[in-house]
Amino acid sequence: MPLQEILEKYPKTGDHLIEVLLEYQNTKMNHYLTEEELKQIAKYLNVTESRVSSVVSFYTFFSLEPKGQHVIQICHDVPCYVNDQPSLVKTIKNLLSIDVGQTTEDKLFTLEYTSCLGACDKAPAMRIGEKTFTDLTPNKVKAIISEYRGKRHA
Amino acid sequence: MNMINIKINNNDYQVKPGLTILEAAQEHGIKIPTLCHYPDLKINSDCRICSIEVKGKKNLLTACSTPVVEGMEIKTHSTKVLNARKTITELILTNHETNCTQCARNMNCELQSLSNQLGIDENRFEYRLVSQPKDTFNPSITRNPDLCIKCGRCIDVCKDVQDLTVLENFGRSHEVLVVPKYGKYLSDEDCTLCGQCSSVCPVAAITENDETEKVWTALNDESKHVIVQVAPSVRVSMGEEFGAEAGQAWTGQIVTALRYLGFDQVFDTDFTADLTILEEGNELLHRVHNGGTLPMMTSCCPGWVNFMEIEYPEMLDHLSTSKSPQQMFGAIAKTYYAQLKGLDPKDIYVVSVMPCTAKKYEAKREEMQSNEGIFDVDVVLTARELGKMVRQMGIDFLTLEEQEFDNPFGITTGAAAIFGATGGVMEAALRTVYEVVNEKPLEDLNFKSVRGMEGIKEAEVELKGLGKVKVAVAHTLKNARKVVEQMKAGESPYAFIEIMACPGGCIGGGGQPYNTTNAKREKRIEATYNVDEAMILRKSHENPYVHKLYEDFLVKPLGEKSHQYLHTHYKARN
Repeated sequence: MPLQEILEKYPKTGDHLIEVLLEYQNTKMNHYLTEEELKQIAKYLNVTESRVSSVVSFYTFFSLEPKGQHVIQICHDVPCYVNDQPSLVKTIKNLLSIDVGQTTEDKLFTLEYTSCLGACDKAPAMRIGEKTFTDLTPNKVKAIISEYRGKRHA
Repeated sequence: MNMINIKINNNDYQVKPGLTILEAAQEHGIKIPTLCHYPDLKINSDCRICSIEVKGKKNLLTACSTPVVEGMEIKTHSTKVLNARKTITELILTNHETNCTQCARNMNCELQSLSNQLGIDENRFEYRLVSQPKDTFNPSITRNPDLCIKCGRCIDVCKDVQDLTVLENFGRSHEVLVVPKYGKYLSDEDCTLCGQCSSVCPVAAITENDETEKVWTALNDESKHVIVQVAPSVRVSMGEEFGAEAGQAWTGQIVTALRYLGFDQVFDTDFTADLTILEEGNELLHRVHNGGTLPMMTSCCPGWVNFMEIEYPEMLDHLSTSKSPQQMFGAIAKTYYAQLKGLDPKDIYVVSVMPCTAKKYEAKREEMQSNEGIFDVDVVLTARELGKMVRQMGIDFLTLEEQEFDNPFGITTGAAAIFGATGGVMEAALRTVYEVVNEKPLEDLNFKSVRGMEGIKEAEVELKGLGKVKVAVAHTLKNARKVVEQMKAGESPYAFIEIMACPGGCIGGGGQPYNTTNAKREKRIEATYNVDEAMILRKSHENPYVHKLYEDFLVKPLGEKSHQYLHTHYKARN
């Protein structure tokens, strides 16, 4: 959906900044926002660009850089960590040849840490897009990733 | 008023209700250390250095933001408090470039003083500063993120005092930066270079570009004739640079100090302030009589000019084309004065001492060259930079004898002396315009309605053939914006408007001594009007040397030479 169409669903006040940013970013295949788009959002919502810059930089789920089509978020909190999360991270790093915070060359995957996903009873957990995966093992992770490899963006 | 009973460190005190714990303690001589707190700015309680213990409260509270209540029992220096302050400071220091001896704020740094006060001899935490690029790309201000302690003062002064939003937080937690949007540089941004951020910064994260080295080099160059001009507002603040109380004029001491530093001639920007009034006053009358753009707005403040060029490029015709006193001085120095002395303009080196960081930018505008390829003003020093040079020279400033400025740019008037205070340019202009138009002496020279710290002030003056003419004065860019918006809406009732970008005018400029507060601004304003009162001549058009300058060189206000050397133009940016 074009940005202007999304903007027009909202009243012109700064209260809706995060909703607008999220909704628009979700429509973009590479999950990021450009300065030009943010300028348009700031203007519509009547907030300063520096405010928008501050908000976008504060929340980890916003990005100013293009990300992979699928963003793999591994939980980095204690219950997952003690349930062998590090070997999941190692598996994904090896599989995709990227470090945490990086994107694969084919722009298909980005690997990042996230705070608690609320699935501590089924640790370790990770999320790809809207979907959460739990009780993970290195083999499960390999299977999930190869499934996503076949899934190109519609 | 019903007083409140509180206990501080087991002693009983009666304090006024509505005070914060910090203020109440201060009133009784108990000093609670602070770091992010700054008078006149909003209270953020970001840094937690002013943490104190209150009986019955589990957590420490911040003294800056907690009001006193009846029966409160406060501990300002308990073990728990002292440990907390020390820990916080040590953590700040792990993320701060702590090479104190190689720092512009060495011996004048709030973080350094705080560490000293807290007795920090070593840091228990691992040093983990991630170095960031410095911002050195504009002529006025340098930002060094490695020194920034994220107190937020610069953000607040930019936003709340100037109504600009150049600086903001970027990122989060210990990785947060205070930068223009998306981590850009000030030169890419809508920054007016007013320098208020540099004035409130507790450390050297934002400073003026230090140009003292260039001045030392010129002073030691035999082939250069090095002259200096001193802005009106610097004389009422300079003593503070050396620990004196605000509210006194230090004109004579500044002249003496500049001679000790080795300047060939020590001149007064007040002289060209008088010249500005003659040009600008006549420009106003010319506009009024010839259907020119009104209201006319003053243009001696470069922060304000930058603001107009950036934010209201469609309204630049309202700005007076008269150059600022600093630039008129430079132009006259490298034309008339060069002829007078038989010097080649390229051998004359003009230094300005200004209360301002934006003046550095103004001097580097390409229009400001009366001789092609030679800037009229070579270097602009802030009051703080002059302070630095005086200290480097080992001069005991406060005990200096008082000397007089050199001529022909040393005889000045009270009208010029008040240029540095909000309302001063307006009052000086009115003193001259009234007498020129009405052809009779002004009974009361003091236009008190345009004086003082009120944000927007108005006055009315009766002019022959024009009736009652309304004028306005605004200071801070926040108030300036209100006045411009009113004009934009076609509702401005004024013929002439004075704007100064900094609170209080130049006396509260971004290049003035550190720790400038509104209370000190009031004192500097008072000192300014005392200087005016003590002058024999108090109207710009009575300055005999300005008359001589017209007779010998310029011919007449708004004449051909004036247009060539004393007037300028502005350009839309962005």
